[in-house]
Amino acid sequence: MVLSRAVQRRALIKAIVHLAAAAPLALMVSRTLWHPESLGANPIATLIDNLGLWALRLLLVTLALTPLRILTRSSAWLFYRRLLGLWAALYALLHLLMYVLVDQRVDLRVLLEDVIKRPWITVGFAAILILLALTVTSTEAMRRRLRKNWQRLHNGVYVAAILGVWHYLWQVKKDLRPPLVYAVILVLLFAIRLWRRRFKATSAPATAPGKT
Amino acid sequence: MRYRRADEPKGSEITPESVWTARRSVVKSLLGAGAIGAVATPGWAAGSPTGRILEAKHNPAYGAEDTPNTWDDVTTYNNFYEFGTDKSDPARNAGSLRPAPWSVTIAGEVQQRGTFALEDLLKPHPLEERIYRLRCVEAWSMVIPWVGFPLADLIKRLQPTSKAKFVAFTTLKDPVQMPGQRGGVLDWPYVEGLRMDEAMHPLAFMAVGLYGRVLPNQSGAPLRLVVPWKYGFKSAKSIVRIDFLERPPTTTWAASNPREYGFFANVNPAVDHPRWSQKTERRIGGGVFAPRIQTRPFNGYTEVASLYSGLDLSRWF
Repeated sequence: MVLSRAVQRRALIKAIVHLAAAAPLALMVSRTLWHPESLGANPIATLIDNLGLWALRLLLVTLALTPLRILTRSSAWLFYRRLLGLWAALYALLHLLMYVLVDQRVDLRVLLEDVIKRPWITVGFAAILILLALTVTSTEAMRRRLRKNWQRLHNGVYVAAILGVWHYLWQVKKDLRPPLVYAVILVLLFAIRLWRRRFKATSAPATAPGKT
Repeated sequence: MRYRRADEPKGSEITPESVWTARRSVVKSLLGAGAIGAVATPGWAAGSPTGRILEAKHNPAYGAEDTPNTWDDVTTYNNFYEFGTDKSDPARNAGSLRPAPWSVTIAGEVQQRGTFALEDLLKPHPLEERIYRLRCVEAWSMVIPWVGFPLADLIKRLQPTSKAKFVAFTTLKDPVQMPGQRGGVLDWPYVEGLRMDEAMHPLAFMAVGLYGRVLPNQSGAPLRLVVPWKYGFKSAKSIVRIDFLERPPTTTWAASNPREYGFFANVNPAVDHPRWSQKTERRIGGGVFAPRIQTRPFNGYTEVASLYSGLDLSRWF
């Protein structure tokens, strides 16, 4: 009984997390359809920027779960990791699609040139490819099939986060302050993990909970 | 309790501003204001323009082919780092700028040196309206009905000496009025400049208004430069100083990142910004599903091309 109540509570929290993660997207869609003027004079740029920002935010939240586990000594956080990671990947993909389909209208010559010639786009594109690879292999079946390699592959989320923040930093014309906030948060999250690794003597939950 | 004086109108007797401004516009249209008086607010301005109305005649030689952006687009999507680096910051923060009283210092290789009250500087110049395309270096563009006068007219009146080869325009530096200057994003004050022959070109324009009204603060009140064949950052805003120089001035963006921004900054689809393509642009106001448009050399103002004959534009970007 105790267990089933915990499961119920987890399901409820998951539903809330889903809703919270979907809310920015729902807001963007409704503004685009019914209040395009609220997106400002350059609505496409607003949408591309916001999708990218939410991808980064959700990615940082996903990466914050392990440090939260360390700090609170509760592994409950990890139940929401895959869910949040998938939402981050969705926002990142929409960010790319908005640029490719709506802004550039699938002008492949321009896109190829962008990815090859402009390092900040190369970096962002690489981050999204990684997130897509993680998405495709995020199922339990894939996890079993890839065994040890699965964890190796999914450590790529750190690389994706670094590339994502780098992409944002590089894209800015002059005012680096907003992307630096993301960079500082990312560094802090890494710092907590490293600090934890150093003092691993203290109790460590053996493995992450499997199912989400 | 406060008593109403006999001659004081009751609250209910005061005509709401929206009503009397509407009456005035009716009167004005009856008087045929569009012909010679104030430029009538055209139908394509969705949000209603605000600010003092300027007397200016539309100059049909400039911009008949382009439909201007709305007042809202022009006045809420601005790059004016003195008020913040987000496009929406200037409209939000520029209320702290005091565009009057205003004075402009004229210095350097010029006979009429000194500091002049803005009214005195403007007095000899009849105002006209010109519709110009504005192409930002960030690959977006607008079409804007400016009110002002040719820069060449001002320069002729100030009588530069034969040594004057360049003109530099300096924006106000006052962190109290310009909150964006409290941070070190750029090296303040903002300085932009033109070669003398560029400045004397008939397209180079000094603007004091847009949409038939005085410039709103976020658009560079009370006096700004408009150089339509160059990227927008060349068009210095809220100008307090004009220098006539023998040597090229150090301009803000070129100094801040010389690899990405040059002194000339002519609109050129053949020379990409190191981080993005300049071949196309997004015309503001088209909505979410409008395609990008091709960027044209010199922003379509090819009459300036002769100024640069013999100049390698990929090197002198």
